[in-house]
Amino acid sequence: MSSLTAWLMDPNPKSRLQSRAAQTWLSWLRFRRNPLAMIGLMISLALIFMSVFAPVLAPHDPIAQSLADRLQPPLTPGHWMGTDDFGRDIWSRILFGSRITLYIVLLVILTAPVVGLVIGTVAGYFGGWVDAVLMRITDIFLAFPKLILALALVAVLGPGMVNAVLAIALTSWPPYARVARAETLTVRNSDYIAATRLQGASSARLIWGHVMPMCLPSVIIRVTLDMAGVILTAAGLGFLGLGVQPPLPEWGLMISAGRKFLFEQWWVATMPGLAIFIVSLGFNLLGDGLRDVLDPRSAK
Amino acid sequence: MADSSTVPEHHPALRFFRQSASTVVSLIITFLGLLAVTFVIARIVPTDPVMAILGERATAEQIATERTKLGLDDPMWMQFGIYVNDVFHGDLGTSIRTREPVLKEVGHYFPATLELSTLGILIGIVIGVPAGVLSATKPGSLLDQAVRLIGLMGYSMPVFWLGLMGLLLFYGHLGWVGGPGRLDSTYDMMLDFKVPAVTHMILIDTALAGEWDMFRNAIFHIILPASILGYLSMAYISRMTRSFMLNELGQEYITTARVKGMPERRVVWVHAMRNVAVPLITVIALSYASLLEGAVLTETIFAWPGLGRYITDALMINDMPAVLGGTVVVGAVYIGINMVSDFLYRLADPRAR
Repeated sequence: MSSLTAWLMDPNPKSRLQSRAAQTWLSWLRFRRNPLAMIGLMISLALIFMSVFAPVLAPHDPIAQSLADRLQPPLTPGHWMGTDDFGRDIWSRILFGSRITLYIVLLVILTAPVVGLVIGTVAGYFGGWVDAVLMRITDIFLAFPKLILALALVAVLGPGMVNAVLAIALTSWPPYARVARAETLTVRNSDYIAATRLQGASSARLIWGHVMPMCLPSVIIRVTLDMAGVILTAAGLGFLGLGVQPPLPEWGLMISAGRKFLFEQWWVATMPGLAIFIVSLGFNLLGDGLRDVLDPRSAK
Repeated sequence: MADSSTVPEHHPALRFFRQSASTVVSLIITFLGLLAVTFVIARIVPTDPVMAILGERATAEQIATERTKLGLDDPMWMQFGIYVNDVFHGDLGTSIRTREPVLKEVGHYFPATLELSTLGILIGIVIGVPAGVLSATKPGSLLDQAVRLIGLMGYSMPVFWLGLMGLLLFYGHLGWVGGPGRLDSTYDMMLDFKVPAVTHMILIDTALAGEWDMFRNAIFHIILPASILGYLSMAYISRMTRSFMLNELGQEYITTARVKGMPERRVVWVHAMRNVAVPLITVIALSYASLLEGAVLTETIFAWPGLGRYITDALMINDMPAVLGGTVVVGAVYIGINMVSDFLYRLADPRAR
């Protein structure tokens, strides 16, 4: 272990890999000093752990109904978070629900930032009328209230998980396009771009290989900060009955099911909401910490 | 840029006018884009509008006449032109559910949303701005950490869940506030007889009618949803105030003021605050606009007869003209608020002119 630390701390790195590893190590040390960011990281890792091992961790089936056990309060033996109106164990449903949450978040962050990145870099690189047209389209989408647009889209496409993901992705790419364009504008006139162009690289190659990598850090920070928003929007759509459909244990849907007996059986609506709250708080803390480490401009 | 004008090129008033004109042009383009998006959404609806009007048993002949009447046989660009023309003449279509013009219905529902979110943003400003300023004057202090954490929690909570928890605690257990709806049911029944609907805003209408019991009851009901919206905007406002204020306090004119012996309170709240207020206008406008959106979910929880609930109710029964009409109105208001903040910003900051 100490030899690994020595290798990482070597002031004269011998390979590209070593210097890169040392940089990452330093960032990690800075990140580790921020307790709130560490809490965020723990929560995010816990979410991944929960969703991977849900079948092992869950004491009950998340879908199968057991009407004899309906609406048991928390701390009932075998159901420490209580049961819902179909007698399903809420803890087991939250565990399996973490898979849906993670799935939606992953799908959105694999699509929206990519679309935004392509539009932003192309607009910034070419400039002129390409830039004007693409950025005008971006502005139009930015001018839309996000949730309302997502609602209208899902209303047309029909409710369901994939359509919800599509609607969220369609409403969340514009900020990425703006970020990517801003970064592109700062690098497009650099010497290294000019040098590569003189060597005969095509525009596509320049954008893909030399401009996009420069935009990645800002986009990644934005993605982490956006993940909480994605979770909240997905839960909102689920709550309105427009997202994931029953009997799947989506957290927003579970809250809406618990709404009917909010005052008598408070736990049915409270527990999944706590899960959403903790997970999005985790992503927000993580994003905040990452920004402090990765973005030199925000360093105080 | 135009050298033919007789007024000097750099005349501030002219420049202000020119920039405002370009803002208006871009506003119109953005609004047309918004209409294009709702138009496309309306065209990909799987339900046939003709069938929705005539029902399943219509003859082929009836369908054909209805199609021509609705203009569905015209080319796409012409249909879009007709749509834009209709919207600019205040025709947002007819609700399938009520057979009423959408614009008329929106006129009844929107004031309730406006009332709720205005009260929400006021709460957000009154708490958020001082909290941001105080945490900027003592960065890293316990207060600063607390404001930051409370703000982050606001970012992380689903608003509909927060509403339910608020109802559970303050209405169900403590009984401090009224439940869902704008009034208690006894008052609600008297509302139409006693209070003329002048503005459709419950607080203003009851005050105008001099029904102070009802007014108090309305406050009792609006305070919880408005506080929840206020909390959401407070999270954003306090965070931005803090960073603007930190930035200002590092400027040289602040050091000068301090060296002159000016009391710290005056340095912060008068000298620095003046410059913080300018970018804050944009922040407040943005969060006001986003409250209109947050109101959608809040209204469903609190049975608030606003635009958000109008849209979600229409969604449930697939009343697309109502959904899209409501969307256009919310989008237009959203764009409008952004433009107003742009104007205010330029009025307040001479450097931006």
